Amino acid sequence: MTKIIEPKKQRNIFSRPSSEEGVWSWITTVDHKRIGIMYGYAAFFFLLVGGLEALLLRIQLSQPDNNFLSAAEYNAMFTMHGTTMIFLAIMPISAAFFNYLLPLQIGARDVAFPRLNALSFWIFIAGGLFLYSTFLFGTAGAPEGGYLAEEVSRLASAPNGGWFGYQPNAGLKYSPGTAMDYWAIGLQILGIASLVSAFNFITTILNMRTKGMRLMRMPVFTWMTFAVSFLLAFSLPIIAIALFFVTFDRQFGTTFFLTEGGGDPVLWQHLFWLFGHPEVYILILPAFGIVSEVLPTFSRKPLFGYPAIVFAGFGIAFIGFGVWAHHMFASAISPVAQAGFGLSTMIIAVPTGVKIFNWLGTIWGGKLTLNTPMLFALGFIGMFVIGGLSGVTHSVVPADTQQTDTYYIVAHFHYVLFGGALFGIFSGLYFWFPKVWGRMYNETMGKIHFWLMIIGFNLTFGPMHWLGLQGQVRRTWVYAEETNLGFWNLIVTIGAFILAIATLVFMANWIYSRRKGEVAPFDPWDARTIEWSIPSPTPVWNFSNAPEVKSLDDFWHQKYGEDEDGRAVRREGTDDLLLQLEEEGLNPKEEIHLPSPSYFPVIMAFGLPFLGYAIIYKSIPLAMIGVIMLLIGGFGWGTEPLEEEFESSEEEPESRESKNYE
Amino acid sequence: MHIKKFLKPKNFILCSFLFITACIEDAPLDSLSPAGPYARTIDELFWLTFWIAVVIFFIVQGALLFSVFYFKDSPDKPEPKQIHGNNFLEILWTIIPVIILASIAVPTVRTIFDLAREPEDALKIEVIGHQWWFEYKYPDYGITTANVLVIPEDTPIRLEMWSNDVLHNYWVPKLNGKRYLVPGQKTYLNLHADNAEEFWAQCGEYCGLSHSKMRGRVLSMSESDFDAWVINEQKNADNTLSEGSLAYEGQQVYLNAGCTQCHVIGGVWDVQGERIAPNLTHFGNRNVFAGAALKNNSENLTKWLANPAELKPGTFMPNLELTEREIEALIEYLGTLK
Repeated sequence: MTKIIEPKKQRNIFSRPSSEEGVWSWITTVDHKRIGIMYGYAAFFFLLVGGLEALLLRIQLSQPDNNFLSAAEYNAMFTMHGTTMIFLAIMPISAAFFNYLLPLQIGARDVAFPRLNALSFWIFIAGGLFLYSTFLFGTAGAPEGGYLAEEVSRLASAPNGGWFGYQPNAGLKYSPGTAMDYWAIGLQILGIASLVSAFNFITTILNMRTKGMRLMRMPVFTWMTFAVSFLLAFSLPIIAIALFFVTFDRQFGTTFFLTEGGGDPVLWQHLFWLFGHPEVYILILPAFGIVSEVLPTFSRKPLFGYPAIVFAGFGIAFIGFGVWAHHMFASAISPVAQAGFGLSTMIIAVPTGVKIFNWLGTIWGGKLTLNTPMLFALGFIGMFVIGGLSGVTHSVVPADTQQTDTYYIVAHFHYVLFGGALFGIFSGLYFWFPKVWGRMYNETMGKIHFWLMIIGFNLTFGPMHWLGLQGQVRRTWVYAEETNLGFWNLIVTIGAFILAIATLVFMANWIYSRRKGEVAPFDPWDARTIEWSIPSPTPVWNFSNAPEVKSLDDFWHQKYGEDEDGRAVRREGTDDLLLQLEEEGLNPKEEIHLPSPSYFPVIMAFGLPFLGYAIIYKSIPLAMIGVIMLLIGGFGWGTEPLEEEFESSEEEPESRESKNYE
Repeated sequence: MHIKKFLKPKNFILCSFLFITACIEDAPLDSLSPAGPYARTIDELFWLTFWIAVVIFFIVQGALLFSVFYFKDSPDKPEPKQIHGNNFLEILWTIIPVIILASIAVPTVRTIFDLAREPEDALKIEVIGHQWWFEYKYPDYGITTANVLVIPEDTPIRLEMWSNDVLHNYWVPKLNGKRYLVPGQKTYLNLHADNAEEFWAQCGEYCGLSHSKMRGRVLSMSESDFDAWVINEQKNADNTLSEGSLAYEGQQVYLNAGCTQCHVIGGVWDVQGERIAPNLTHFGNRNVFAGAALKNNSENLTKWLANPAELKPGTFMPNLELTEREIEALIEYLGTLK
């Protein structure tokens, strides 16, 4: 860290912030790594909140006819659990990985639009806080003309129409109060965050790859980021329009989804799932990418069928837009539509199967290191297969009409999104821990975490298959004792608490290892991709020199060749190479100019909630505040100097731009 | 350590499945105990898919577990061969799933159309969803009832359904799959019960505060019982209660306390047009009330009439501040409505 460049003292009104430590340095940062870390912590916080909500649900359901939560509280909790986990936990944790790793994997110094990156993070925070402010300010109640025996508690003053917000139940007549407005506008704000980052990542991947990083040499995680970005770009506009319609219906008396005005509630279902199904792949594809990095590394073999895995990923993303009505098999759609969407749902199982078999091909014949990231990756395959197979039973439309809206579906998508996406994410968190923090996590605690997790997970979601087939309907506050569902519901609740303990173990490990973990070498896993060819923790400038990539898994091939049997052989001089890489990585030969921090993304982002409140409370002053913040943000953004003027003696300012991202 | 790995919960699901089947009890909403031809067709299709899935499950998890044990790192293990892929294998495991799926697809598509077809000589019944109860109308017989759907055994039934407010989802697991009730449009569902039996129904789609308490019963009965039931249902309630009896007092409560705003009792308080609450003409014949969430007995009725929202949050039935005496009289009267 030799060459820290001091900005000049005099600054004009739109000068850029310069602190490198402390709170302001984080608030104004445009460094993709810091943004990634903040995304990670914020998303993990929301994961804990969503988990707590789930525990409340499970306590309520632990016995028949329970009264732990009121109906209003229960409905608010399951709505917020779903909304939180999808939009505030899994999506942003994936964004944390995208942000941190994507530039490293393609050999770039940052993303294409660093300030836009900061903007999307702060919009996510603004949207999340806005949505959760419903617990402070929101109101909810019985439908028009209905009665409640007790007052609506703060816990029940959250959105209560389900994360899917089916109309007309989530409309003003049946969900009065402001809570569902918080939901609709909150998701709208969060959607902007994801759209912004989607375009940023697409541009980054297309334009910022280092020399020799051809598309078919990109790591699979980068490929999956690419696929997810396209999914976001195409699916979010659909939900944005649908949410505008809902807001108009609720606020301005339109009737897009209300029968009495000639609208159609089924239209909402189509629009929602046309977004909602690609959303499932938005949640799972990043985990596919992570696992595709972890498995080859710890099998000491290349990924089996790299092109097939890449194309299968895009196949899934593409077909994912053509299966939405399988969420509606019991709804008002014709038999022809049922048959069509049933078939397309079966078809999407094929590329998914290809991926699973190729992962098995990857570990087959390898030399497996069973450490924590690998265990989570293997657990991912095992659990995801169960979710995939139960998914196939949904494509069998008549069977699905029995299963839909029951706990069988709850089991299915938790196997996909918890056993799948979240196991993949944990695998990635352990895998890249040394790269991010420069320390090793504690392996014993990691393994305890894994085993508690997989036992708790199966105990929680395994019996739900059975409960669903036995007739337990989703989103039910109570179930009758005569349904004989009590025993397995109790088991499920116990499983949920084991998951909670597992999460505590994970957090303890994280906090301990961050401070006291062993110091990590820069390539602790003998890894394959170029992010491991730089020091740990990643220097602020990423790569001292733009790396040149000569093949897929370039870093591995720098270290290993193959003998006549095709077995990996460590090249002579690899140790020297590694020493040299570390030395170079820590001591860049020339000055490196990084994108300067900026105040304006955060100012713009926090203008949006004011606009949201303005719509809900029909307040002109709040709208003015929001608009002014957006204007200041936008104007400042446009006019601030590209970089702070530096007192740099060594080079001319003109040459910087081209130097940054060769 | 090894025991732990044997416990690797890939197999956990299966073990628990065996365990579950060992202690299975009768569950009234069980979708795996079909009691009619429609549910049976679905059941057969489900098990076909299930067993195919089980085979694939064992192959994949077997390969996974085998790899974990067999290819686990040990100190003397040589570096693995660097295999980048195998076109033949990859094409193979693309094509085989396609063939398997095609073999499921054919019966699936056929069954979809079979289930959607209107059966010949079916009894037509209208199902109307309300927050939070199901209303049933028999257009051929001019009957309106609620919560308990009465059907003749071994007879195809054609339900024509819509909703009065939000989306609902009609489900009698032992007779057929689910179908939504949508405001502003009609949907259809066929039922067919083999024998005289009582079935449970449940609203499947989240429909607001008391969604969980939107339940139902389907009572299938022999042809003769059904005919007798129809004749009885077509009658009006007895309006000649002797003055001074408790039931008469209850009738007066019904007429004066506000119940008539929403509830019809044929022959006592007939009104034209839709009423937002169940028709009570034959209330005493139904074994459940309040969206089939409560058994029809005086204990439940007492609690219900004292404060309906306590038992069914969000209900449209107000607390009428009835006295104990009025409640007692009303229950007596409701009991006479056979």
